[in-house]
Amino acid sequence: MVPLDWYIGLSAVIFVIGVVGFIIRRNILIMLMSVELMLNSVNISLVAFSHYLQDLRGQIFVFFIITVAAAEAAIGLAILVALFKNKAAVHTDEITEMKG
Amino acid sequence: MDKYLLIPLLPLIAFTINIIFGKGIIKERAHWIAILAVLGSFAIAVSTLIEVLNGKTINYDVYSWIVSGSFKVTVGFLIDQLTAIMLIVVTSVSLLVHIYSVGYMHGDKGYYRFFAYLSLFTFSMLMLVMGNNLLQLYFGWEAVGLCSYFLIGFWYEKKSASDAGKKAFIVNRFGDFGFGIGVIMIFLTLGALHYTDIFAKVGTLQGQTINILGYNIDLITLIALLLFCGAVGKSAQIPLHVWLPDAMEGPTPVSALIHAATMVTAGVFMVARFNPIFSLSETAMNVVALTGAITSLFAATIALVQNDIKRIVAYSTVSQLGYMFLACGVGAYGAGVFHLYTHAYFKALLFLGAGSVMHAMAGELDIQKMGGLKKHMPVTYWTFLIASLSIAGIPGLAGFFSKDEILWLAYNHGTIGKIVWLMGTAVAALTAFYSFRIIFMAFHGKFRGTHEQEHHLHESPKAMTIPLIILAIGAISAGWVGIPAALGGSNAIAHFFEPVLGHPHVTAAHEEEFMVMSISIVAAIGGIFVSWIFYSLKPEIPKTLAAKFKGIYTTLWNKYYVDELYGFIIVRPTKWIASNILVAVTDGKIIEGIVNGVPQAIRNFGERLRKLQTGHLQHYAVSMAIGLFVILTLVLIAAGR
Amino acid sequence: MMNIPFPDLRPVTPEIIMTISATVLLILELIFKNKGVLAFIAVATAAVVLYTIPSSHGQTFGGMFISDTYSTYFKLIFMINLVLTILISLRYIQREKAEYGEYYSLLLFATSGMMLMASAKDLIILYLGLELMALSTYILAGIKRHDIKSNEAAIKYFLLGAFSSALLLYGISLIYGMTTTTDIYKIAASLQNSSTPSLPLLLSMILIAAAFLFKIAAAPFHMWAPDVYEGAPTSITAFMSVGPKAAGFAVIGRVFYIAFQSIQTDWTAILIGVAILTMAVGNILALVQTNIKRMLAYSSIAHAGYMLIGIIPGTQESMSAMMVYMLIYAFMNIGAFAIVILLEKGEELSDYEGLSKSRPLVAALMLIFMFSLTGIPPTAGFIGKFNLFMAAIKAGYTWLVVIAVMFSAMSAYYYLRVVMNMYMKEMKEEAAITPSPSLGLAILITVLMVFVIGIMPSVVIG
Repeated sequence: MVPLDWYIGLSAVIFVIGVVGFIIRRNILIMLMSVELMLNSVNISLVAFSHYLQDLRGQIFVFFIITVAAAEAAIGLAILVALFKNKAAVHTDEITEMKG
Repeated sequence: MDKYLLIPLLPLIAFTINIIFGKGIIKERAHWIAILAVLGSFAIAVSTLIEVLNGKTINYDVYSWIVSGSFKVTVGFLIDQLTAIMLIVVTSVSLLVHIYSVGYMHGDKGYYRFFAYLSLFTFSMLMLVMGNNLLQLYFGWEAVGLCSYFLIGFWYEKKSASDAGKKAFIVNRFGDFGFGIGVIMIFLTLGALHYTDIFAKVGTLQGQTINILGYNIDLITLIALLLFCGAVGKSAQIPLHVWLPDAMEGPTPVSALIHAATMVTAGVFMVARFNPIFSLSETAMNVVALTGAITSLFAATIALVQNDIKRIVAYSTVSQLGYMFLACGVGAYGAGVFHLYTHAYFKALLFLGAGSVMHAMAGELDIQKMGGLKKHMPVTYWTFLIASLSIAGIPGLAGFFSKDEILWLAYNHGTIGKIVWLMGTAVAALTAFYSFRIIFMAFHGKFRGTHEQEHHLHESPKAMTIPLIILAIGAISAGWVGIPAALGGSNAIAHFFEPVLGHPHVTAAHEEEFMVMSISIVAAIGGIFVSWIFYSLKPEIPKTLAAKFKGIYTTLWNKYYVDELYGFIIVRPTKWIASNILVAVTDGKIIEGIVNGVPQAIRNFGERLRKLQTGHLQHYAVSMAIGLFVILTLVLIAAGR
Repeated sequence: MMNIPFPDLRPVTPEIIMTISATVLLILELIFKNKGVLAFIAVATAAVVLYTIPSSHGQTFGGMFISDTYSTYFKLIFMINLVLTILISLRYIQREKAEYGEYYSLLLFATSGMMLMASAKDLIILYLGLELMALSTYILAGIKRHDIKSNEAAIKYFLLGAFSSALLLYGISLIYGMTTTTDIYKIAASLQNSSTPSLPLLLSMILIAAAFLFKIAAAPFHMWAPDVYEGAPTSITAFMSVGPKAAGFAVIGRVFYIAFQSIQTDWTAILIGVAILTMAVGNILALVQTNIKRMLAYSSIAHAGYMLIGIIPGTQESMSAMMVYMLIYAFMNIGAFAIVILLEKGEELSDYEGLSKSRPLVAALMLIFMFSLTGIPPTAGFIGKFNLFMAAIKAGYTWLVVIAVMFSAMSAYYYLRVVMNMYMKEMKEEAAITPSPSLGLAILITVLMVFVIGIMPSVVIG
């Protein structure tokens, strides 16, 4: 059987990849994907915990997270489309109208 | 709702209604709301006085705003004998002035605004006298000052009026600064703000000293003198008296209400209210008595030679206020407040009479250009005469009894008392002289103004004469509550005040009292007589005298050059410092470094910090990540891992 | 055959009504051309919800949801926020050509999310409420979809918001792994036994704190706020500056005091640092702004700093002082935004020059709100600050209050600059206003409350 630590390690690695991706990539779509990566790393750890602790709560939570993530992606893409209509930009350094 | 609350609340409601709806809806009907409100207050004040006469005193907190330990900010009422009399004075004079203003301010474009301010003033004054704690007193104190500022500068298009308003405001800052420190010191040393708590604890301060710049100063004396600073400013005593004569730029009803009967007497009220503190310090008492006596004499001499009718009355007010402080200073608080009460009526009457004259003379103030007004405006003449007789101290009238009480009690107060008694008696003679100077010059003789003015002369409308008549009744009879035992009376008012203000114990015989009384009567009649000779019988005498004693005359005419002195020692140096030193220092970047530098440094820092807010989403995310990382590191270090 | 009992719906009635009404509004939007009807229904919903809240006390859904006095108080703030936002929106969104039917529906959804957060006794519910609130506000921030600034605000808010909720989730997953539960009270019970805090526990606490501090716009997680507040429609800025902030404080109070009770010294230290930094950043940056919405954004950051001072001491008194402050803040801040909305051109500070001459009443109202935000008596703002600072002093945090008072004094500079512009500067042009009955009502309510609370603090304290 795969030990719990491995799952936690995997989850942490994916989470960090997500964070780093979010921070260094300027393309909004990729940033969105990075956030999805972070969410999925959480899903992995929740399911792993759920299995090892013999508690269903974690898995239930995962369903909620998946649902919310879908809604989030829909809304994010919609906002991006609205932005794209006004200004053909998908890079964050092109949307710095407001600052200071 | 209890009725005491309504006393100040009614004028406040009237103010709110008039200020909001005055311009659009109410307009020329503004006086109805204001008059009804103050009438209601007056009625309740009367019923309250009856309750107090029956031995009731009221002391309670209406409303607690902030309570935090011993720091209690509350609105509360203390209605005892002192407050009850003040309530009657304030509401009755305010009511009459309101009615009078209907005639006087008729057609003014700020009509509703005027009544709104009058109501606000009445509210503030009532809060001041009814308060049961220091903060409320302070609030009322500042609020009446603010209303006075608005009302002096009511005709703000007129430069002299808005200047006078500013002057009153600035001069009062000096006094209020001391008063404010006094209030803070009382709270710091006694930990109390309510009068009853303060008076209960003040004894514990006896003998304590405070070290200031190496000098040990008696704490109670210091507190009393700081409080007295406020009184000096508000009640226009030397050296802060300069604002009151200038305040005559305001509409005359305002002068009658604020600068004669009520606001300026707030200082006397305050000293009387804090008599448990003042009485503990002999030094403070002597300062109060001497300040009062000197101011009284000083202002009376200035009044001798002035020609502006309102200014004469204004100096007479300063002088009479000095009388009241003189009384307080010799421990005769009751007599001081008694004089405050009679003075309110005859002085308001003098002002309103002067206003009536101005009304007829189309705004003319110079008594040299008047004369013979008696036959044109009989009501004004007779009421003005009554007021003058009253202030001169002719037996039987209100002024006589209160003035006599003060002089008699001063006479019995040791050496210092004898000195101020002498000064007071001299003032009595001078007062009679200058009061009748107005009578003889303005109302008797031949008219000396232009033909046009003479044609225009007329008696004022009913709205103005009726208040005059009512006040005249007051000026005659207000003193009858204080007929001394020597004249077969019971001196009811002294006994009435005794529980709050105490009453000096006098053992001297009636004969001695008769002597003191006779001296002041002689002084009064003498003053009137000389005035008659000078201004009616042989009008050339004053001119000869003025020419002969030119130095004295010009000094008096220029009011002892006090304004010029202040201009020289305060205003000019300030301006000079501002224009030379400050600018020089600013060029030298010293003041700039302190005054502008700190905000500027923060702004510069802000501008730099602003650069961090780049608008880049990445940078925001990095900031969050770094924040997280730093917090985690610090927590781990703190946890010792 | 498993027997699943039907849950008791009484405690959750307000949320159910709110959600149903929000859904129904989406359908009604197709029927009614006049969007005012939708606004009316939304306000009516708020009224009904307000009526049902007091009778809803209890727990349900197996203890995942709790309705108590704490949540009731915050729900009251949410309702006030909702109603005032709708009142100031009516005319404004017409003027800004953003009058879409889903506007009101989204406001209701966002408010349901906040209510769920305030009532969450379980981290799953808390997360769902937070997302419901956040997703709705992302859309609302970008509802002026033809306006590039509005788009920018939405995308920034969305991405950073999604990032912060991912942090929250990771924190929750760690705590779940440690305690086998997501129930806030059970977490507390389970953590009670462990003597020294473990690394994962601290990490989890910090991640959760970061997400909540993001919602209340506390430094260094505040950077989204100025941009989003400036770009979003002003009515939504008003909504966001109060609602999500109050919800954030509600969950901070619940999660930190209960779940993380065992590591209180650790999170108190974090919050003290964050509070000082937040007050500094908010006040210093507000000084140099020229756009009033941006200035108010920084001011709202600064106010979050003051309110954190209510959380830090952890006494009953300071907590309730914080809650009172939140209520007062709702009135004065929405009032200020209402004035910004009232003016046709009111987003730049220079638009206020000489306003007292052309619009004396508007200027006087703005003056009142600015005085209240500064904390000058007798306005409500003074009572709020006095109360909050006194509570902190009593709990022994005098030094922290001294810092807060210093920053508060600094804040007078930029609030009173608006007043200076209105009263001391010369008028450049006649200021045009777009009054409407609903906006007037909102201003009347806020100004009245500013004075009522300022003069009679006993209505909210105790």
